[in-house]
Amino acid sequence: MPLQFWLQVVPFVVLITLGFTVGGFVERRHLKRLAAWEAELADILVTDLKKLPVEVSAQHCGLVMGEVVIASDYFKTVAAKFKGMFGGELSTFQTLMDRARREALVRLMKRAKAMGANRVYNVRFESSNIGAMRRNKPSAMVELYAYGTAVHVPEQDASE
Amino acid sequence: MIVVNTETIPGYEIVALKGLVQGNTIRAKHLGRDMAAGLKNLLGGELRGYTELLIEARRQALERMLAQAEQLEANAVVNVRFTTSAVTQGAAELYAYGTAVVAHEIAGKAEA
Repeated sequence: MPLQFWLQVVPFVVLITLGFTVGGFVERRHLKRLAAWEAELADILVTDLKKLPVEVSAQHCGLVMGEVVIASDYFKTVAAKFKGMFGGELSTFQTLMDRARREALVRLMKRAKAMGANRVYNVRFESSNIGAMRRNKPSAMVELYAYGTAVHVPEQDASE
Repeated sequence: MIVVNTETIPGYEIVALKGLVQGNTIRAKHLGRDMAAGLKNLLGGELRGYTELLIEARRQALERMLAQAEQLEANAVVNVRFTTSAVTQGAAELYAYGTAVVAHEIAGKAEA
């Protein structure tokens, strides 16, 4: 009985602490990187407007996309399950979605920049739950996908 | 082939409408990748294997769409949209659709 008890409790505790420490580290590092990338790509204007302003003359347009599949750590998954019993906001998953969306957008902007574009129009976001597709293992894995039309607008027009 | 997800193409004029074109693909995940994903579920972070899988699959859906557009003798696809749906457990469908058109460059505007 005590051995069986420990066999159940010890892995759980190890996984939780591993998730808390490593997962927390990964998240902080990711947020720092995102902030750096966003600062570097600040010259690219991103909008979800469909129609281009008439006065703008644009060149080299093309579809750009950015996508990322991101997973929550064990600690957060357990914490969210616990919190889910009482309802309310699940802030652990909120940061997960936020990170994924920002990462997808950063990748989209990087590709736009590589194309020589300085604006991305008609940006759309799409997300799908990968975790629900896994058998017997409902886990928090989410795919975030961003796409838009990259255009290059010459400097003299860009100010308008 | 010009591919955009706006309704118009900047610097171009749409002269003919060729109709809806679409492409899809259904992908199942790899066992090895799934095991790696299981580990990532404990530690958190990006699942690179899945990201690459989806990039690859989406590119294929897009290529199938473009092949249809080529058959219709279009030179551009506008208003492209993507959707994803889970078909069964462990498999996802990626679908791309848009409108094939014939577009001509507006003379004089490209230099402005």
